[in-house]
Amino acid sequence: MKIVVASGKGGTGKTTVSANLAYALAGRGGVTLVDCDVEEPNLHLFFPGEYEEEGVPVPVPAIDPERCTLCGECGHFCRYGALTVLKDRVLFFAELCHSCGGCTLVCPADAITEVGREVGVVTTSRPLPGLTLVSGVMHEGEVLAPKVVAAAKEAAGDTGRIVYDASPGVACPVIETLEGADFCILVTESTPFGLHDLDLAVRAAAALGVQAGVVINRSDGEDEAAVSFCQEHDLPVLMTIPFDREVAAVQNRGGLIARDLQGWEERFAGLWDEVARHCEVRA
Amino acid sequence: MIVCITAKGEGAEAAVEPRFGRAPYFVFADTEAGTFVSVKNELVDAAGGVGPRSAQLLVDHGATVLVTGQVGGNAATALKAAGIKVYTFGDAATVAQALEKYTQGGLSEIL
Repeated sequence: MKIVVASGKGGTGKTTVSANLAYALAGRGGVTLVDCDVEEPNLHLFFPGEYEEEGVPVPVPAIDPERCTLCGECGHFCRYGALTVLKDRVLFFAELCHSCGGCTLVCPADAITEVGREVGVVTTSRPLPGLTLVSGVMHEGEVLAPKVVAAAKEAAGDTGRIVYDASPGVACPVIETLEGADFCILVTESTPFGLHDLDLAVRAAAALGVQAGVVINRSDGEDEAAVSFCQEHDLPVLMTIPFDREVAAVQNRGGLIARDLQGWEERFAGLWDEVARHCEVRA
Repeated sequence: MIVCITAKGEGAEAAVEPRFGRAPYFVFADTEAGTFVSVKNELVDAAGGVGPRSAQLLVDHGATVLVTGQVGGNAATALKAAGIKVYTFGDAATVAQALEKYTQGGLSEIL
């Protein structure tokens, strides 16, 4: 079963939920945790350990100056401005290229071949018995986050329990993360901003045909707004994490509440069971 | 010689536009013929890559000089590689004024 932990906005506690859920599952038959927040992966901070690294290449054009007639077709085709055809040569801006391959197709002189360019890496580690952590890490200055997300998902494989930690918001990397998942846990807070962004995330999951449920984080006990939002949208409230001094203290020192606080490991294992029940798939 | 001036509208009397890649119009002045050709910039609302794509437009129109307000990094790379000199229009308000200042050598070269 593959589930995504997402949130409309940053700072709602998405990584907290992913890390604690994975910790609880590690002792219950194992889990693969995938950090798909490739711009700022941080799950490895909870689970330090030795890792293996593999590059993520994307295809970019290489132009053979012997064959190129400077006709300009590739430059006019490229809507991202990655190719500028000058009088004597073609300029290529690698960081603007989206690897669509169109320039190769439109070139009438067969002067373009595709070569690999590394835009990030995927690291794999086994920091705890029963836990495999796969992190997508995009290189600084790069923009093709979905490619790194896809590579991390591929490295994690397709079997067993898989938890994908998405990036905040509902932009392309999150869509890429949601693709093919069985369920999406949306972490939110009971604030107007939280609910507005939750609304966007709910629509994104629905558009991709992924079932969703909600975890309310930092609850002050007055969650009427969030609860009624969930009722309106037919979303199950899977778990509520209180705004609590003890919980905050564990978080502040980078700890895991499922490991450091009594009863929370069971609660996170229960969250998984709840998701499995909604998916009607055996966990 | 073809001089390109970034502008808010068409023709010699249009106000100059300080942005290069997102200028609404590119006015190409032919200094020998004394003619002005205005080209609407289709990239005003494009997501990205407007600098090099605008530079491509200048190359396609045979411009060797650009008079604008400022250019970004990728645009600068492309313009430099294309051998197009870039000047700022200073206090010139219209395309005609900018061109006059350029021909009198009164503009500062930024690239």
